[in-house]
Amino acid sequence: MIRPHQKQPLWLAFAVHRMSGIGLALFLPAHFYILGTAMKDPQSLDTFLHWSELPLVRVAETGLVFLLAVHCFGGLRLLALEFLPWTPYQKTLAALAASLALFFAVSFLLNGI
Amino acid sequence: MSQLPVIKRDDVVNMRIWRGDASGGSFVDYKIPMSETQTVLDAVTWVQRNVEPGLSYRFACRVGMCGSCAMMVNGRPRWTCRTHVSKVIKNHQIKLEPLRNLPVIKDLVCDLSDFFAKWLKANGRFVPTETRERPVKKISPLSKQRQAANTAIECINCAICYAACDAVEQNPNYLGPAALNRAWTLMNDVRDGGKPERLRAVTGDGGCQCCHSQHGCASHCPNELNPARSIAGLKQAAVTAIFKGEV
Amino acid sequence: MSGLGLYLAQRISAMVMIPLVLTHLGVMIYAVRGGLDTAEILSRTQGSLFWGSLYGLFVITASIHAAIGLRVIAYEWLKLSGLGLNVFAVLVGLGLLALGGQAVYTVVLA
Repeated sequence: MIRPHQKQPLWLAFAVHRMSGIGLALFLPAHFYILGTAMKDPQSLDTFLHWSELPLVRVAETGLVFLLAVHCFGGLRLLALEFLPWTPYQKTLAALAASLALFFAVSFLLNGI
Repeated sequence: MSQLPVIKRDDVVNMRIWRGDASGGSFVDYKIPMSETQTVLDAVTWVQRNVEPGLSYRFACRVGMCGSCAMMVNGRPRWTCRTHVSKVIKNHQIKLEPLRNLPVIKDLVCDLSDFFAKWLKANGRFVPTETRERPVKKISPLSKQRQAANTAIECINCAICYAACDAVEQNPNYLGPAALNRAWTLMNDVRDGGKPERLRAVTGDGGCQCCHSQHGCASHCPNELNPARSIAGLKQAAVTAIFKGEV
Repeated sequence: MSGLGLYLAQRISAMVMIPLVLTHLGVMIYAVRGGLDTAEILSRTQGSLFWGSLYGLFVITASIHAAIGLRVIAYEWLKLSGLGLNVFAVLVGLGLLALGGQAVYTVVLA
């Protein structure tokens, strides 16, 4: 529930950055664990990778790609805000970060079809 | 003589005002007549004069200079003297609460002690480098540093930014946008002699690094200041100082 | 480490990760074409000093970055503080480092 004082684009940018960060932190252990089994049991990894090609799973993976990309580009915006000379276009930059993230996620989805 | 506002009999505002004290409270509804140029502060005053003499609230100048009438209007911090009822009314109703992130004393009045204490904790006090015997230092208003100081100087301490900040809500030690904005103004003041100590004060526990750049402060400041920008300046200065071994 | 030290570590790890993430995004988009399989992944990574060091660095910086980020969230949202908060952050960091290290080892060296 977004409270009235939070209803502005840069609060949303913060929320997206925090939620994508939490999402990535939850996903990483699973990601590492599955890769860790690659050599011990290549067959089980292959079974898993083939499962990952199911359309619904591919869409979920696209979501993960979006999480990574939006955290990366949103983070780049924050680094620029803090360490480069100030620009007043913060909302535009946040929108740009979101669009770039969407571009990468959709590229992943379309390339995987 | 200026024209008096025309009050139409049918137009009624339901003022949902938070009543209570530090131990708790609840909303009480007051129906009041609406008029065209009425401010939210006018509406509160109407309630106090006509219905509920015990209602507590703060105001002084009524023209947006003192900052003492700040309250939560429909969930957003605002100067009630500069907010027209007609601009914020929703379904014939306006919800009023004391400022967020500050302890309540009674009704719409909150205790600003913490807010001002943090101003001092951030070394928000000017440290003179000259004595009164010496001539006044000439500073060009066009110099880069003076312009940087001027950008953030018009703060009147109304605590709107403090009430709009989620970082303050979630981290009670956080100095908050107003105190850090003040510190940044002094960091740009060439006459000030307290910069190293101030930088230590704003990078310690609850310092500038707690800001999440949500820009709640900047989007609510009635003076259109941008404390988030000032805080970014402090972060940059702090990191520069780390690499120079000064912090 | 002080609040400012953690802040700086968070920003430096972020700066290091920007090119790593962009590479990773590129690799994902490239590799997903025609489906993923174990042999294809391993043929790219096995014994590769480049991919080994790239993903090794990625695991280290991501562990630091995630540990500091979750530490802030645990403080603000779960109200953890003091020793508990630091133990939580160190466990997150070491856990990710161990799992990630094992993954890189398996894919590159084993």
